[in-house]
Amino acid sequence: MHWWFPADASSIGGKVDALFYAILYITGAVFVLTEATLLIFIVKYRHRQGRKAAYVEGSKKAEIIWTAIPAVILVTLALVSLPVWAKIKYYSHFPRDASPLAIEAKQYQWNVTYPGPDGKISSGNDSDDDDFMKVDSLYLVVNQNYVVDLTSRDVVHSFFVPAFRIKQDLVPGMDIKLWMRPTKTGRFEIACAELCGLGHYRMRGLVFVQTPREHAEWLVGQGEASAADSVTAGLKPAPAAAAAPAARGATSRGKGAS
Amino acid sequence: MTASATAAPRGGAPHAGHDDRSFIRKYIASTDHKIIGIQFLFVSLFFLLVGGLLAMGIRWQLGFPGQPMPLGGWLPSGVAPGGVVAPKMYISLVTMHGTFMIFFAVMPLLVGVFANYLIPLKIGAPDMAFPRLNMWSFWVFVLSGLVMLSSLFVLGGPAAAGWTAYAPLSATPDYTGVHLGQQLWCVSIVLFGLSSLLGSVNYITTVVNMRAPGMTWFRLPLSVWALFITAILAILAVPVLAGAVIMLLFDQTIGTHFYLPAAGGQPMMWQHLFWFFGHPEVYILILPAFGIVSDVIANGSRKPIFGYASMVYAMISIAFLGFIVWGHHMFISGMNPTLASYFMVSTIVIAVPSAVKVFNWLATMWRGDLHFTTPMLCAIAFVSMFIIGGLSGIFMASTPVDMYIHGTYFIVAHIHYVLFGGSLFAVFAGIYFWFPKMFGKQLDERWGKVHFALTFIFYNLTFFPMHILGVAGEMRRIYDPTAYAYLRPLQPINVFITINAFLLFLSQFVFAGNVVRTLWKGRKAPLNPWRDNGLEWTTPSPPPHGNFATIPTVYHGPYEYSVPGAAEDYTPVNQPPAAVPEPAR
Repeated sequence: MHWWFPADASSIGGKVDALFYAILYITGAVFVLTEATLLIFIVKYRHRQGRKAAYVEGSKKAEIIWTAIPAVILVTLALVSLPVWAKIKYYSHFPRDASPLAIEAKQYQWNVTYPGPDGKISSGNDSDDDDFMKVDSLYLVVNQNYVVDLTSRDVVHSFFVPAFRIKQDLVPGMDIKLWMRPTKTGRFEIACAELCGLGHYRMRGLVFVQTPREHAEWLVGQGEASAADSVTAGLKPAPAAAAAPAARGATSRGKGAS
Repeated sequence: MTASATAAPRGGAPHAGHDDRSFIRKYIASTDHKIIGIQFLFVSLFFLLVGGLLAMGIRWQLGFPGQPMPLGGWLPSGVAPGGVVAPKMYISLVTMHGTFMIFFAVMPLLVGVFANYLIPLKIGAPDMAFPRLNMWSFWVFVLSGLVMLSSLFVLGGPAAAGWTAYAPLSATPDYTGVHLGQQLWCVSIVLFGLSSLLGSVNYITTVVNMRAPGMTWFRLPLSVWALFITAILAILAVPVLAGAVIMLLFDQTIGTHFYLPAAGGQPMMWQHLFWFFGHPEVYILILPAFGIVSDVIANGSRKPIFGYASMVYAMISIAFLGFIVWGHHMFISGMNPTLASYFMVSTIVIAVPSAVKVFNWLATMWRGDLHFTTPMLCAIAFVSMFIIGGLSGIFMASTPVDMYIHGTYFIVAHIHYVLFGGSLFAVFAGIYFWFPKMFGKQLDERWGKVHFALTFIFYNLTFFPMHILGVAGEMRRIYDPTAYAYLRPLQPINVFITINAFLLFLSQFVFAGNVVRTLWKGRKAPLNPWRDNGLEWTTPSPPPHGNFATIPTVYHGPYEYSVPGAAEDYTPVNQPPAAVPEPAR
């Protein structure tokens, strides 16, 4: 039974988890102290025959203390969180050696565009476009940096890989970038985390994190697919590239825009 | 009702003396703030039941995905084939549960009921400043509720874009298949906004202008302070929602593109406008609870509220900061991440006044003489649950942690700890406390405690495990969590939650039974059953039309309990100072 975080598999996972645990310990301590105080008061000051409450209207000193202490703890927490956030999301902090990828979401699938041998995602107008596309599957090399271009064709979706601790909305009309580095090989799930329609719950994809060698072998098989499908990439799942998840893709599209 | 019998003539009251209003003017199209408060009470309790029923549908599907729902066979097969909740019905359940609970249950229960009923009585006024406006506020609310209810039965089903109605999902039927339902949702929300504004104008004017002689600002009970600040929040935030929803309605009906990117619209604009309303709304839903709980805890502890002034300042700072933190709902929305950093800091700061309030409630109980009446138990539950809801909020204030828990059950757990564990326990505290005032009869304390205990237990068993689902990464608003391999091991938790949610729902019938039984053959309440200081207890229960025989004069603050040297452990605010030695300060 696994009733806690999924195993962490990305470069930022450890930092996010560490912050989570820091907050858990601080709030846990405050929780125990305040609730215990409440319980003690409930028992100790309960009404008994002849008991009279003390007439106390307040204490400026107490107010200052219990304003200042939470303020200091909370501001510290913000200061600790800021650099982690900057490292994850600020475009200026993105790694320079990252490989490009593009993900376009639509009801209810993830279209992943990979660069061809030129190592670039074309803007769609290039005649020598060698990009290729996969539906609902993201193949990555372990310990390699990726910068992903996120777009949506219809409504707001949210790209969520629990094992990577990464979540980012995809908004139609916007071009949003996301950075990530997987650190463990294996198969992980992609979920949509923003209500996007009736099929929201089945907008599921898979991440395959491979060793460089596995990835190279996998790439060989994609060559023909990319050649056959150089123009439509990024717009429509190509027949060859979408062969594996075809059944799912088809039903998704069928139930999409009505 | 003994109203007409006990009303003594007094100058200035609109219907002083003999009350010759017709039945309709008295109980239906009433301009009496007390009747309006009671009307709000029953109508919003009905919507609480509707919201609760919808929640049961959600929980059935999550606990037992794909299995026929009990009584589900009664639903049309297009909605629930074979009694099984269909994905579309599920999304509608989620949307309408949130909508009914927030707009038609918790908000009117806190504001519609208590602002209307309590403000004039607590400040010593014969009625509201604008009684007719007040009547319209209620009837527009009923109309908006009926429009929302009717949307459940129209072709294509009710709204299915979440209570947050994120565009473009909500902006065109292309994405949900819902036409009329989503439009009715918009119409209803605009009407609701109108009702809320009419009420708020009234509450503000009444508090500013109609306080009895001696009822200075710093002698106002915290409940009145809270309702006054809430009304200011509503007047600033609700028009933004109404404007945003009108634009959404235009996108749906007359082909505008405010939120549709195909023609240059901005989906993000909806999110900014919605949350610019939505975050003050969070405080609209909790500030009145703060006020009610402060009154009840001081009374139940027989002690002055600890740090009255800082309680007021804390509420004012929460109200102010509430307008500059909306972006924390949008950390991962695609908003500039640098802006998110600012919103993290402002969000963290707003936790401080909330912490101050908790410490002051604890300090009020310290060295008190605690009487565990049902309202007091509900108020203590409020404090202890608000601690959990407040602390869990800190997780999502930290942007990197929010990136993981955003949109998961952790958020669902948090909002229910604040809105159910917080606001609803305060509503129960308020109903138990002021029921004798409203109806002249006291709710049975024994059944009240049974209701409290069952609610407290099943509430925690329902919502606490949701934190764990959230940490494990279960998304909210998904029809079938077992579609994901990593969520399948969590299914026993979902079953556990569902069973407890059913029991929580059933427990509320203890409350309903208590209300019906008390109204039918309850014993008459004493004049001041809780030995409270408030002005409302210096007039008969229920108070006559016009409230007070003569406008009272106020001599003390509202929390003069256990004053040394006094014969009683309470000092009504209108008791002349000669009768009691002023404590040394």
